[in-house]
Amino acid sequence: MEGSLLEPTLYMVKGIAILDNDGNRILAKYYDKNVFPTAKEQRAFEKNLFSKTHRANAEIIMLDGLTCVYRSNVDLFFYVMGSSHENELILMSVLNCLYDSVSQILRKNVEKRAVLDSLDIVMLAMDEICDGGIIIDADSNSVVSRVALRNDDIPLGEQTVAQVIQSAKEQLKWSLLK
Amino acid sequence: MSAFKRDKKEEEDGGGNPFQNIEKTTVLQEARVFNDTTINNRKCTHILTKLLYLLNQGEQLGTKEATDVFFSMTKLFQSKDVILRRMVYLGIKELSSIADDVIIVTSSLTKDMTGKEDLYRAAAIRALCSITDATMLQSIERYMKQAIVDRNSAVSSAALVSSLHMTKLAPEVVKRWVNEAQEAVNSDNIMVQYHALGLLYHIRKTDRLAVTKLVAKLTRMSLKSPYAVCMLIRITAKLLEEEDSGNDSPLFEFIESCLRHKSEMVVYEAAHAIVNLKRTTSRELAPAISVLQLFCGSPKPTLRFAAVRTLNQVAISHPAAVTACNLDLENLITDANRSIATLAITTLLKTGAESSVDRLMKQIASFVSEISDEFKVVVVQAIRALALKFPRKHSVLMNFLSAMLRDEGGLEYKASIADTIITIIEDNPEAKEAGLAHLCEFIEDCEHTSLAVRILHLLGKEGPRTKQPSRCIRFIYNRVILENPTVRAAAVSAMAQFGATCPDLLENIQVLLARCQMDSDDEVRDRATYYSSILGQQDKSLYNNYILETLQVSIPSLERSLKEYTQSPSDQPFDIKTVPIATIPTREETELEKHKAEGMIISNGPAKPAVVSREENFAEKLSAIPGIAELGPLFKSSDVVELTESETEYFVRCIKHCFTNHVVLQFDCLNTLSDQLLEEVRVQLDPSEGYSVLKEIPCPKLPYNETGTTYVVLRFPENDLPNSVGTFGAVLKFIVKDCDPNTGLPDTDEGYDDEYMLEDLEITLGDQIQKINKANWAAAWDEAAPLCVEMEDTYSLSSMSTLEEAVKNIIQFLGLQPAERSDKVPEGKTTHTLLLAGMFRGGIDILVRAKLALADGVTMQLTVRSTDGDVAELITSTVG
Repeated sequence: MEGSLLEPTLYMVKGIAILDNDGNRILAKYYDKNVFPTAKEQRAFEKNLFSKTHRANAEIIMLDGLTCVYRSNVDLFFYVMGSSHENELILMSVLNCLYDSVSQILRKNVEKRAVLDSLDIVMLAMDEICDGGIIIDADSNSVVSRVALRNDDIPLGEQTVAQVIQSAKEQLKWSLLK
Repeated sequence: MSAFKRDKKEEEDGGGNPFQNIEKTTVLQEARVFNDTTINNRKCTHILTKLLYLLNQGEQLGTKEATDVFFSMTKLFQSKDVILRRMVYLGIKELSSIADDVIIVTSSLTKDMTGKEDLYRAAAIRALCSITDATMLQSIERYMKQAIVDRNSAVSSAALVSSLHMTKLAPEVVKRWVNEAQEAVNSDNIMVQYHALGLLYHIRKTDRLAVTKLVAKLTRMSLKSPYAVCMLIRITAKLLEEEDSGNDSPLFEFIESCLRHKSEMVVYEAAHAIVNLKRTTSRELAPAISVLQLFCGSPKPTLRFAAVRTLNQVAISHPAAVTACNLDLENLITDANRSIATLAITTLLKTGAESSVDRLMKQIASFVSEISDEFKVVVVQAIRALALKFPRKHSVLMNFLSAMLRDEGGLEYKASIADTIITIIEDNPEAKEAGLAHLCEFIEDCEHTSLAVRILHLLGKEGPRTKQPSRCIRFIYNRVILENPTVRAAAVSAMAQFGATCPDLLENIQVLLARCQMDSDDEVRDRATYYSSILGQQDKSLYNNYILETLQVSIPSLERSLKEYTQSPSDQPFDIKTVPIATIPTREETELEKHKAEGMIISNGPAKPAVVSREENFAEKLSAIPGIAELGPLFKSSDVVELTESETEYFVRCIKHCFTNHVVLQFDCLNTLSDQLLEEVRVQLDPSEGYSVLKEIPCPKLPYNETGTTYVVLRFPENDLPNSVGTFGAVLKFIVKDCDPNTGLPDTDEGYDDEYMLEDLEITLGDQIQKINKANWAAAWDEAAPLCVEMEDTYSLSSMSTLEEAVKNIIQFLGLQPAERSDKVPEGKTTHTLLLAGMFRGGIDILVRAKLALADGVTMQLTVRSTDGDVAELITSTVG
């Protein structure tokens, strides 16, 4: 039990990952040089993490020396990793912020296709949530306000056909749901 | 309709991923668009996204590629598009570590960070700090200071976070921003407050007084940010742990008051801190426990997890305190999250009394088939702990384990059960027969070769000493008929062990071995022939050396030595005595390993490099130092001895490295004075009689807060063993140069000599002895009788009041390895025999038998057998 008093440091997050429903990486960042330094190790860890979490929707797991909190929606899995002694609730707050930000960016349409279509914005959001392992912001509203949303300011003419169809689909979906 | 179908199909096979088939070279090609005179924002953003996506997927760029793309990226600063600009910042951060000359964008970024566009400023600061080095930092210092106290919270946060990153590069520069950070702590924004506290603490953490002041001030002013409060709790807990004041101090009160905070995060942090403070008493624990108990019933899995994990920790140190939560924990056994369930079980098992074992086992049995293998392993580990705690319950537990063995399961799971049974057998002689019988049955249908081999090895070791060894042999020989070559070979080795230990079975074994010599596999035939011919000699000492004892040397060292030998062939035959002996992990180390794995799933990731022994590590380091390499192989390295108090000006620790005829003293010195630079640091020894100092290797430079190493090489007294145990006076000598605490540069070139008294250093008997594990101590003892010198003496150890204490002290003093588990004193006995084995430097074997009797203190009769009379005499004379 000795030594499990937490060292006072801002470097709390060891990694953040977004995986698809096959366990492939969409985005992932690892912030500690000592935790999975190579891409190969990261992949192996993600594969393992996914296999342990994709069926049981249990929110938290300890794996390979890390505490991982996770959340999934349709075909996406969001993970936040911290050291095994880390305050789980803080990690959870980061995860919630990540999920809510993505959800707001994608207008509640949290699925792989939508993430890939707005990958640039999602990247920016991830960068606004955590910088080098330090939590920058854990409030999704403020994160979203910091990553300028774009979709509104593109004139219709400049959108590609696919995008127009996509947004039409979206509109249809929402109108059906109402 | 057909279009719809195609669309659906596309979606199914992931054709919707626009990033699926992109290649590095194509993207780099496309990135040339960045250089166009008119910039197409959308297109460039998309290309940049693709590039970042590739990097994120683990694609590597060469320095040239990275530099090229970096430079074209800088062209994008012309565009006014917000997203594109922000993506450029991301790109800069990603490439800053790979590309050359990244400082080229400094001016562009400085312009953005001081500009009007708020969306740029924060991100620009962070990008700027990723490309800045220590010298450049001075030039942007002014802007950073302004940014820290900026009214925009994002800018302020970004500046604080970046400053913290920069402390790694230029701690001295960042230290000057402490006033700004102080101001930022008072910010209304919760994140700014948190980051400011983090930075402030980091700057001041080496200065205890400043931290105390900081904590005293902040605990009074009730911080807004829950994150900052968590941080403050951690700082306070650390301070409490280092301080000696009682728990009634205001610091503890602060942590306790946080248990009533409105944020769960803070409440948990406080409970966690109280639980983990070393001197928390059970009374002080109570409020923390009741908070955790409340969390156990929370609908949020994370909260339940956090609570039960912390309770699990408490159960190790204060099992009684947790019993209040037993009901809640029992409810958690059926939790949907298996991590929570398993932690709940292990906690219950730790707190459980002997009477509740049966009930708990029933509960576990009810759901063990539903959980996955990893969690089964955790349960098995908990059962192992339980078996060690309540040895009398072994039959219940053993039955349970053997039932689990028969169930389906993977190798890891089965191996952990087998491990547990083996531990129980070793720990509890009463359980041995039953345990071996279970294992015998298990190998009858064990599909895992490696596990079968291990069990066969164990049967070979333990089987001959059971009441009916012949029963085991039947099971073992069955393997020879039915299994694959690896298992057959292991079975042959196991049988040979029976032949060597049980003379009345020898004949039968020889018959079985003869049959094995017809085997189709080379290895099996070889082993059978080898053992059969040794057993044919009827010579006890041959049995001992070639069948019963295992290799003592450390395997990685052996591998290295053999490699060296084959690379530089010589006429001399290879001498196995030159290979360092494997160190035996102490009990504490193995215990530690166990605790670490609590509730954690460890996957078999990429194999880690084989663990090298401590000696091996030191040997490598020492051989790099001229003058030490020629001393021969390193024999033993002692534990670390502290020669100063830890809070003094200079902190010196010593490790004694023992060679065949020499001892090398390694002094690790730490300079804790920020205004001094030490040079030519060395330790002057006043050696005891017979020792001669051969060489001193000083440490040329010892700046503030760094550890430097100086060595002294001594020769053991020649032909005078009694004097090799001695006490040395030691003085640290050095040249002091006063220096500027901020830069670390000396004020003048002239220094002055100074010295610092160290505590005396002892070379003990234990330093010169390496532990050796003797599997069959009794045989070795008998065998040694004709070859060795025997010395015997009787001592009265009046200071010891129990046998356990005496055993512990003797082992520690002599530095020998207890054999045949004789370090465990059975309860309630007044006599005990301790069997020890080891090797004196120079490869001299030592066997020691200590007969202990308890009566008004402990009386000990010590018998030493050694191949060298002087060594035996040395041991008997130093004891007492």
